[in-house]
Amino acid sequence: MTFRARHLLGIEHLAPEEIRTVLDLAETYVDLNRRTVKHSDALAGMTQINMFFEASTRTQASFELAGKRLGADVMNMSVAHSSVKKGETLIDTAMTLNAMHPDLLVVRHPASGAVDLLAQKVNCAVLNAGDGRHEHPTQALLDALTIRRAKGRIQRLTVAICGDIAHSRVARSNLILLGKMENRVRLIGPPTLMPSGVGDLGCEVYQDMREGLKDCDVVMMLRLQRERMDGGFIPSEREYYHRFGLDAEKLAFAKEDAIVMHPGPMNRGVEIDGELADDINRSVIQHQVEMGVAVRMACMDLLARNLRAERGARAAGVMV
Amino acid sequence: MTLHLINARLIDPEGLTQSEGSVTIEDGVISALNGDAPKGANVFDCEGRCLAPGIVDLGVKIGEPGERHKESFRSAGLAAAAGGVTTIIARPDTHPAIDNPETLEFVTRRAAEASPVRIRHMAALTKGREGREMTEIGFLLDAGAIAFTDCDHVVTDTKVLSRALTYAKSLGALVMGHPQEPGLSKGAATTSGKFASLRGLPGVSPMAERIGFDRDMGLVEMTGVRYHFDQITTARALPPLERAKRNGFDVTAGTSIHHLTLNEFDVGDYRTFFKVKPPLRSEDDRLATVEAVASGVIDIISSMHTPQDEESKRLPYEDAAAGAVALETFLPAALRLYHAGHLTLPQLFRAMALNPAGRLGLPQGRLAQGAPADLVLFDPDTPFVLDRFKLRSKSKNTPFDGQRMEGRVLATWVAGRQVFGAEA
Repeated sequence: MTFRARHLLGIEHLAPEEIRTVLDLAETYVDLNRRTVKHSDALAGMTQINMFFEASTRTQASFELAGKRLGADVMNMSVAHSSVKKGETLIDTAMTLNAMHPDLLVVRHPASGAVDLLAQKVNCAVLNAGDGRHEHPTQALLDALTIRRAKGRIQRLTVAICGDIAHSRVARSNLILLGKMENRVRLIGPPTLMPSGVGDLGCEVYQDMREGLKDCDVVMMLRLQRERMDGGFIPSEREYYHRFGLDAEKLAFAKEDAIVMHPGPMNRGVEIDGELADDINRSVIQHQVEMGVAVRMACMDLLARNLRAERGARAAGVMV
Repeated sequence: MTLHLINARLIDPEGLTQSEGSVTIEDGVISALNGDAPKGANVFDCEGRCLAPGIVDLGVKIGEPGERHKESFRSAGLAAAAGGVTTIIARPDTHPAIDNPETLEFVTRRAAEASPVRIRHMAALTKGREGREMTEIGFLLDAGAIAFTDCDHVVTDTKVLSRALTYAKSLGALVMGHPQEPGLSKGAATTSGKFASLRGLPGVSPMAERIGFDRDMGLVEMTGVRYHFDQITTARALPPLERAKRNGFDVTAGTSIHHLTLNEFDVGDYRTFFKVKPPLRSEDDRLATVEAVASGVIDIISSMHTPQDEESKRLPYEDAAAGAVALETFLPAALRLYHAGHLTLPQLFRAMALNPAGRLGLPQGRLAQGAPADLVLFDPDTPFVLDRFKLRSKSKNTPFDGQRMEGRVLATWVAGRQVFGAEA
């Protein structure tokens, strides 16, 4: 079992065996979560603070539940960043929280790199719950677990990531993770929503759904981030749905047993057909939510182990 | 007082040569090269080290007025002296902007009483650098403005810019601008491409520089103004620049030392000390820019010294202020280009002293009889590791912190008076 990281800031910093460690441990938590008594003492006595500089219901609930099931004392802080100057709030809040000796800090922030910056200023383990357009590592890990359970493996698969790639941290983390685990990744979307230079990152880029979905094992849809569309990335939602929305007709180009994923929350009728999203034979969207809690429990458990080992070593006067 | 510098390796940016020799200084000017020591002269042994004309740094930000906690004329002057910069050409992007004769007179007086090196001032082209109304270009020229620029603010209204350039042309003023298409570069923190995409940072296409260049060049053709394109940093802007020069327009171009020695990947994990404006470019663009300096298509290298305090840099990358201090690291960084074999020492001083002085109509920048005795003595090979807290600037925001550098300034003279280094 290998997991050396002190913080979980991004998939970029994880080795393939560390990813496998997280997934394996998460499997045990999937079992735990299906029992009536869903409790472990892995984080007993530890303090977890969820600090969300960006509104979130689902991710915050998932982290909160994960922490509580592991026995941690969980505190939620929703930090409205609009009223105060962003950066000052970030560092100042971090320093203030740090003085309260938390053990795990779960952070979401609208600026790319903000969680890295915060991690440099605190003494506890930091989990990135999404920073700007940069990374959302637990989402990629829960997607990997969902795929591995549905397909029996997480290598040598062809995975299409479709839609608003440019504004998506989910796409980046998944692209990196799937690449590390030796899968073929295709990005499909209109060129205005495709980040520049992305073809150099070891993936194939398509602008046509039918062409791009051909022979895919996994189809990951992304939310069209309407709140970030400050003008004219696409002509209209209905043209977008016509060309890039996933429906049964387009999905027919993928493999017969291809699964459909979506990180949520969905815009039904914009990027995905509502009926398809609910089709239990194709859609694993509800599984993703379930795996989310398990994966977050695994991540926090592993980080807590490293934190304890580090503190123990320091107390014993060993160089770490 | 007469000073005689012997055993020097003379770096001559005019003849593009270097040779062993001596320099005699009388009354603040170079009175002889390779002559005998005059009677009663103080003799200074250079011990075979390099002696070059002092650096003329076009485009230094000093925090007076408005941000003296970031940099004062005193701290900037001391940093310049330690870096071999003998003439600072200060930028008008202060708070408030240097956009009227009264403010210009204030900074001129402050600079003269506080700085050990020469400081000349540029003035804003439009009031408040807001791109709406031109400044009193005539009065400002009379008050000593050496050039006119809104710095990194692009005058977006082409009509306003064309009138300002027409007016400047009638007075023979030199105008300087950053070529940039402001619509494309709005909100950008990096150059678009693989790195920006990986880090999830908003990027600007390198093409924005070329589009800005094309518009400005059209206005230069229309008005005939003397124009300096500051901050040419991309390969795409070079062919039209070369063409404009070949066609005989009165244009020159400059770039910054950071764009010549660093690339976009140096930003690494969101290191905000590497955030500059325009953002660092790809390695291909960097090499093309270096090549353009060597061939003379780009005339001038400047430090783009931009002091920022810790608070304005300790922010998420997108929110952090742009700019890096560079007066003291300018020469050691430039010597990386020499050690890498891209540029010779005379070529470096052509771009860092001779050309900027020539473009601004200053007598500095030459190692010749009759030239002002503004000189720098340095050893290009002395290795050291840069510690940002040892810099003399009030702000310590250098991207070279902790890096291995080669080349140290040993002594600096301004008008024959030693302003840095061991006493003669």
